[in-house]
Amino acid sequence: MLEIRNIVKQYAHHKALDDVSIHVPTGKIFGLLGPNGAGKTSLIRIINQITAPDSGEIIFDGQRLNSSHIGKIGYLPEERGLYKKMLIGDQMIYLAQLKGLSKQLAKEKIKFWFEKLKIESWWDKKVEDLSKGMQQKVQFVATVLHEPQLIILDEPFSGFDPVNAQVIQDEILELNKKGATIIYSTHRMESVEALCDNIALLNKSKVILEGSVKEIKNNYRNQTYKIEYHKKPEVDAVFLDSSLYQKLEEHKNGSNSMTIQIPEDKSLNDVLFHLIPQVEIQQIFEIIPSMHDIFIDKVTNNI
Amino acid sequence: MNKILLIIQREYLSRVKKKSFLLTTFLVPLFFIGMYVGVFFLTKKSFEDSKALIYVVDNTKEVGSQLKNTEKLTFTESTNELNTQIQEIKDLDGNTNILFIPEDFYKTHQIEFLSSGKPNISTKSDVESQLGDILLNYQYKELNIDPSKIKSIDTKVHTAAKEITSTGEAKDSDTRIAMGIAMALSVLIYLSLFLYGAQVMRGIIEEKSNRIIEVIISSVKPFQLMMGKIIGIGLVGITQFLLWIILSFGLIAIASNTLIDKSEFQQEMMKTRPQGMELEGGQSEIQNGSIISEINTAMDAVNIPELLISFFLFFIGGYMLYSALFAAVGSAVDNETEANQFTMPITTPLLLAYILSFGVLINNPHGPIAVWLSFIPLTSPIAMLVRIPFGVPTWQIALSFILLVGGFIFTTWVAARIYRIGILMYGKKASFKELIKWFRYNG
Repeated sequence: MLEIRNIVKQYAHHKALDDVSIHVPTGKIFGLLGPNGAGKTSLIRIINQITAPDSGEIIFDGQRLNSSHIGKIGYLPEERGLYKKMLIGDQMIYLAQLKGLSKQLAKEKIKFWFEKLKIESWWDKKVEDLSKGMQQKVQFVATVLHEPQLIILDEPFSGFDPVNAQVIQDEILELNKKGATIIYSTHRMESVEALCDNIALLNKSKVILEGSVKEIKNNYRNQTYKIEYHKKPEVDAVFLDSSLYQKLEEHKNGSNSMTIQIPEDKSLNDVLFHLIPQVEIQQIFEIIPSMHDIFIDKVTNNI
Repeated sequence: MNKILLIIQREYLSRVKKKSFLLTTFLVPLFFIGMYVGVFFLTKKSFEDSKALIYVVDNTKEVGSQLKNTEKLTFTESTNELNTQIQEIKDLDGNTNILFIPEDFYKTHQIEFLSSGKPNISTKSDVESQLGDILLNYQYKELNIDPSKIKSIDTKVHTAAKEITSTGEAKDSDTRIAMGIAMALSVLIYLSLFLYGAQVMRGIIEEKSNRIIEVIISSVKPFQLMMGKIIGIGLVGITQFLLWIILSFGLIAIASNTLIDKSEFQQEMMKTRPQGMELEGGQSEIQNGSIISEINTAMDAVNIPELLISFFLFFIGGYMLYSALFAAVGSAVDNETEANQFTMPITTPLLLAYILSFGVLINNPHGPIAVWLSFIPLTSPIAMLVRIPFGVPTWQIALSFILLVGGFIFTTWVAARIYRIGILMYGKKASFKELIKWFRYNG
C-alpha cells in the first residue's frame, strides 16, 4: 500500500527524518511507534502531503504519491478540532466535500455513520455544545467518511472513555476487515499488541525497528521461562547449575517458582534434564517480552 | 480549483449569514440617513426657533424706524413705556423680545435686549448687526462721507478656478468638493482594509487555535485554504459595499420623496444664511443663490463612474495585498494579542498614507510625494484614491493599479510561504527572524 523510501526532512538545525524507509503492507494495521519528537508527526504530515520531504519518495499503491491520492487517505491528527460555530452536519458535509465527495453522497454517508454511532441528534448542534469525547467521535466520522483506502490515526483513543474507546476500536477493526489499511500512531503499547499486525519504531529521526509484531516478539525471545515446581521429598535441596541458567526471580511460599534465563548455547531441554531428577515440574511458561518492554529497551539503548 | 470554490463558499456564507453582518449592512446606511434627516430637521427647527418678534422701545425716536423686518426678525414699534412692555410679554412663549434703545444710543452704543426666555444668540447678533449698520451710516454722515460711495468700493476677489484638461479646454473645478470626496474615500479605504484584513487574520487564528487546520490541509493545499479565505472575505466586503451603496441610494430616494421636499430644503438652507450680508452689497445675494448650482457643477466635474470603478479596483487590490500580510501574521501567532507586534509594522504604510492624505496629498495632489505614494503598492490604494477626485491621467491610474497587482502577487507569494509553515507551529513565539527562516524552508 505504502512504500516509504529514504525520506529526509530537515528543519533549520534539526533533522526530523533521517533516511526513513518503511513498508506498510496492504490491508494491515500498521503501528507507527516512537517517543515524543521521534519524527512520527513529520512523517505522517509528509504522507498526507501537508509538507514535502527534502529527499526520498513515497509510493502509494504503486504510484508516486500525488494530489490525486488525497481523497484516498483519511487522517485523524493528534491535535484535533472543528469549527466551533458551525453546525455539525454542515461541517461534516464541508469536510467530505473537501475530500472530493459530492454533497448528496456526503449526506448519505454522514447519515449512515451517525446512525451507526447513534449520534443522529447531533446534526444541528454546534461543536461548542458537545463534550470533548463527543467531538472526538464526530471527528472520527469525518476521518473515515469518504471510505479512504489508507486511514492514518494519530492517538485515536486519547480523550475517549473506555466504553467509547471500545466502540471506536471495533469500528477501526471493522474498517480494516473491509480492506482499509490503517496506520496507527501511538504511545499506548498494550493497544499495539491488540491491534497491530506490523510496526515501525522511530527514534531520533530514524527507524530502529520494523517488522510484524509476531516476528519482533520472536526475535526478542531470550529463553526466559517461569517454572513452577514441587521439590521431590527425597531431595534435600534443589541443586542449581548456574552454568545452565541465570535465576532472575524465585518464590518459595507454598508452591515454588522461579524465573530463569537460559544462555544462548543451552536450551530449555538441557535445563529440564538437569531439573527433572530433583523436582516435580508443574508448569512452564515462556516469558515473551511485551511490546512495551521492547519499546523501552530499544529506545533507552539507542544512543 | 473546485476545492478553492468550496472554501470561498464556506468563508463567504458563514460570514454573510451572521447576524452581525446583516446588522452592520442595514444599520450603517440607516445611520447615515438618520444623520441626513437629523441635520435637516435640526436646521429647520433652529430656523423656526430663530424667528423672533421684537418690540422696539425707542427713546431716540429715530433709530427704531431704520430697523428692517427680515425673514427672521419682525420689529414692532412699541407705544408703551419699557416697564409696561415688560409686563406685557413676560408670560409669552416663543422668541419674543424687547429692544430698548436709550436716548444717548449714538454716543454710548448701549442698548438693552430683553427676552421672554433665554435670549437667542442668532437673534441678538442679527439685531446687533442691523444696529451696527445704522451706527455706521450715522457716523459716515457725521464725517460727511456719502455711504453710497463707500458701498460702491468693492474689494472682494472672485476667483474662477479652472482646470486645463488634456484637450486644452478650461474646466470649472472646485477643489473643496474634490477634497471632501478625497477625504471620505481615504477614511473608507483605510477602515475597510483594516476591517477585512483583520477578519482574515482572525479567521486564520481561529482555525489554528481550533486545531482544525491540520484536518483541512490534509485535504487541500495551504495556499488554497489561504486564498479561499482571502477571496471569501473579500467578497463579503464587496457585498457589503454594494449593499451599502444600493441601500443608501434607495433610502435617500425614499427619504427625499416622502420626508423632505427638496426645493423647500434648499430654500430654507439659503434663508438661514446671515441676513446682514445684504447690507454689504448686492453681490452676496447672487452668490447665495448660485451655491447649490455651484456644488452641482463641481460634482459634475468629478467623474463619478471613474471614481466608483477605481474605488472597487483599488479596494480589491489593496485588500488582497494587505490581507495576504494579515494572513501571514495570523498563521505565525497563536492568539490575537500576540498578533499585535506584527500588525503594527505591516499596517504602518497604510497609516502613513492615511495621515498624509489629510495634509500633503489633499493640498498638493499632483506633487512629487503624492505621485510617488500613489505608485507604491503599499500606499497606493489610499493615495491614488485621494488623488483621483482632483483628476489623474488614466495612464497613471492604470500604472498604479498594475503595480498594485504586482504588489499583491508578491505579498501573497511571501505570505503563502510563511503561512504553510506557520499554521503548523504551536507554542513557538514567532519573531521576524523566525518568519524569515520559515520563508526559506522548502516544501
